Amino acid sequence: MLERGEVANSWRRERWDSLRLLTPNWQSRLPGHRYEGPDPDGYMTMGEVIEFIERFAAVSRAPVRTGTDVTSVRRTDDGYHVTTSRGEIGCRAVVIASGACNRPTVPQFTDAVPASVLQLTPFDYRGPTHLPDGGVLVVGASATGVQLAAELKRSGRPVILSVGEHVRLPRLYRGRDVLWWMDASGVWDQRHDEVDDLTRARRLPSPQLVGTPERGTLDLNVLAATGVELVGRWAAVRDGRALFSGGLRNVFSLADLKMRRLLDSFDEWARAHGREAEVDPPERFAPTHVPESARWQLDLRSGEIRTIVWATGFRPDYGWLDVPVVDAKGRLRHEGGVVDSPGLYALGLPVLRRRKSTFIHGIEDDAREVIDHLTRCLAVRR
Amino acid sequence: MTTIDNGVNVQALLDAREVLKGAPEAAQFTWRASSKWQNGVHSTTTIQNFFGLGQEQSHKSETVFTADHPEVFAAEDNGITPIEYLLVGLAGCLTAGVASVAQNRGIQLRSVESTVEGNHDIRGILGADSDVRNGFNDIKVTFTIDADASKEDIEALVAQSQKRSAVFDALTNPTNVTVEVA
Ligand SMILES: Cc1cc2nc3c(=O)[nH]c(=O)nc-3n(C[C@H](O)[C@H](O)[C@H](O)COP(=O)(O)OP(=O)(O)OC[C@H]3O[C@@H](n4cnc5c(N)ncnc54)[C@H](O)[C@@H]3O)c2cc1C
Repeated sequence: MLERGEVANSWRRERWDSLRLLTPNWQSRLPGHRYEGPDPDGYMTMGEVIEFIERFAAVSRAPVRTGTDVTSVRRTDDGYHVTTSRGEIGCRAVVIASGACNRPTVPQFTDAVPASVLQLTPFDYRGPTHLPDGGVLVVGASATGVQLAAELKRSGRPVILSVGEHVRLPRLYRGRDVLWWMDASGVWDQRHDEVDDLTRARRLPSPQLVGTPERGTLDLNVLAATGVELVGRWAAVRDGRALFSGGLRNVFSLADLKMRRLLDSFDEWARAHGREAEVDPPERFAPTHVPESARWQLDLRSGEIRTIVWATGFRPDYGWLDVPVVDAKGRLRHEGGVVDSPGLYALGLPVLRRRKSTFIHGIEDDAREVIDHLTRCLAVRR
Repeated sequence: MTTIDNGVNVQALLDAREVLKGAPEAAQFTWRASSKWQNGVHSTTTIQNFFGLGQEQSHKSETVFTADHPEVFAAEDNGITPIEYLLVGLAGCLTAGVASVAQNRGIQLRSVESTVEGNHDIRGILGADSDVRNGFNDIKVTFTIDADASKEDIEALVAQSQKRSAVFDALTNPTNVTVEVA
């Protein structure tokens, strides 16, 4: 196992200070390793996640070579040639487990933003104290965006949140963590070959959830109530002005409808499986409140906004992969983690084999199946 | 599932989607209109040809649109105002979307009606107040749909039709517009 940094590197270097997992402690499980602390319904801080993964690396005796940066992987007659910062390696098979979130994605028009406005990605952001005073425009209303908007608002800054398509979820539903429902009702186990539209499922943004000791919901209604101003999807910059889409109402409707459908399916599952007694009565949440008139432009030179935080998603980086298996959009071509080149495999990508594939607890089932394929392949080719 | 028929060939659309995934060049369309000044604020615009799927294409017949201003604008009212054509485009696009999505989701439609209202402060175009924009301040579309589906499914149809609508996108998002003198 080659790791350019240390064990749990992404959690050490690529997260902001206040972040906690949005998945509850009981759900953080790796093969033979689970949370055993006093608060199964809580959410780990970054320090706790690092400790959790380090402990797993130790007990599983994972043969990790840290500080080893892979700079190239090339195909050879009988396998792959791997170049690292610590020398060359020949091997018959390679598993790409380099992560799905190596780089923040930002739109093309960042260049058109006036230089007087500071631009940050979640990789640059540590906490509100590192930002200049004044207004902040947070772009993107998925998990990262809603969490950073809430934190920045709490720091006393005016915050505008630009909202595109998003996944709305309550933190608790009928008294249980909404992720308990995802898990118990089988949504998270849904397989890649059962999902209706796989391309879409793989592009689905992260849910509007935050892990806090209070177990509170962090949807757009909650944010708006704290004074965060909601605007439409940022579409373009023209003459130093940010132009936002006028379609805000519809992204609210889409998210409200999808949430309602998901909650309906949870209710149906509880009824069909005799689980009603374990949970509180069904609940329905108020639709996302549409602002009287959302502004559709913002003068970026006016000083109203001093900082932009791009919470517009992440993408993998395959700059080191010299095998032609990456499509025009930078995505790895694979079928359930079996990459389009013999002996090459992938893990930890969105809906790789199941809806839970990119979550900590999602790796176990995927890894077992992918490694099973790998060992069978090696046995045949020997 | 009983066969439902809203008259939309969804299979052809789904097939086209698959084919065009691998052939982005063929997906490049250019829509064209040619306009001619008549007199006053009255003009006629004709549409027949367009480009797409890698070649010149043609509608079955030419359509002529007349634009003018109403009498309250001291004009002859030979036809609707240009900004009203945007409402025509929006209603046509969203309605087509509702029918297509319903077909794809197996929902039989019995009737789909909508009213479209665009609120317009004309002080903008008159130059009476420089803080007022020229275009619509807001547009409201109200659908009345009779179909074999729950209220929620109908709401989802309408939401999805906005999500996939060319005109909704063109109106809600900025577009680069170049106007030149030949
Ligand atoms: C902001 C954020 C919040 C998240 N919150 C949660 C959550 O609450 N719960 C949850 O379950 N999941 C969460 N996730 C998803 C999380 O990324 C995954 O659960 C998990 O970390 C994926 O593990 P991984 O090993 O596949 O990828 P990573 O953790 O990204 O690990 C990949 C490793 O590969 C190394 N690497 C990459 N390229 C090279 C190279 N060329 N050479 C050598 N080494 C290389 C990296 O240094 C890194 O250590 C979150 C993700 C983000 C971005």
